[in-house]
Amino acid sequence: MKKAFGPLLILTAAMFACAPFLIAAAPYEATMGLVQKIFYFHVPSWFAMFTGVFVCGIYSAIYLFRGTPAADRVAFASAEIAVVFGLMGLVTGPLWGRKSWGVWWQWDAHLTMALLVELIFIGYLLVRKYGGPGSEKLGAGVAIFGMANVPFVYVSANIWRTVHPPTSVVPTLKPVMAGPFWFCVSAFMLLFALLLMLRLRLENQRAALDALYLEEE
Amino acid sequence: MTTLTRVIFSVCSILALAAPAFALQPPAGQSEFVPMNSLPPADQLPAAPLLIAAYAFVWIAVMVYLWSIWSRLGRVERDLQALQQRTGRGSTR
Repeated sequence: MKKAFGPLLILTAAMFACAPFLIAAAPYEATMGLVQKIFYFHVPSWFAMFTGVFVCGIYSAIYLFRGTPAADRVAFASAEIAVVFGLMGLVTGPLWGRKSWGVWWQWDAHLTMALLVELIFIGYLLVRKYGGPGSEKLGAGVAIFGMANVPFVYVSANIWRTVHPPTSVVPTLKPVMAGPFWFCVSAFMLLFALLLMLRLRLENQRAALDALYLEEE
Repeated sequence: MTTLTRVIFSVCSILALAAPAFALQPPAGQSEFVPMNSLPPADQLPAAPLLIAAYAFVWIAVMVYLWSIWSRLGRVERDLQALQQRTGRGSTR
């Protein structure tokens, strides 16, 4: 994993450097115009957020049922990254909405549920930081609950009345828009993997430090 | 009631009933194109600053988070090394 870090860092940096050129070359959307180009970072940031939520939820379940401390470390690292990507989605969305809907925010089903998932994972981080002994299991429960909310966020744009575009937009993208979009999704996924490797190293070193302190005592 | 009175009454009744329908008509459409720069300032919302703000936020968030991980990792590794030297153990890296 250590060997893969350097090439992954270079590849991710190169992709993020190329992304603005591809986005600039993509055609303007007919009704929204220039501001729709926020889409190329907004949607991938939610994809990365949901990936982080699923990694956190799955590893939390492994920790709960098998008691593996390594699984808990992956879950904790992934939750923090999910919150960062969620914050990107929650900031870039209103910037797009202000121009295309005329408002920064709407308390409709999709937007509210996305905010709720972000708040659940902020709650998870707070539980882990201030929950004291045993907060690992409580946090794991919160993470599984948060992960269960993700499918509802995804379908909420299709089944309830919402100002948000439905999820059918992505599969029906024209190739000139789909190319830059999937390129950005790949860049965000690589960034997620990179951040997870780094953040996991921090958790492993913390665990090693704690073990040494315990041995010394 | 004479025929004339009946006709006048009928016309007035129809007009009275039709009044709400006339009142609910949409406003007359725009008869000419208005250049973007002629709109009042309150109606003008340029997209470029919003787009730049969105991309800048993503870049800054990634940079700040990377720096945060790096600084926390550096601190933990320094502590780990100091403790290993104190306890006489080799590096775990």
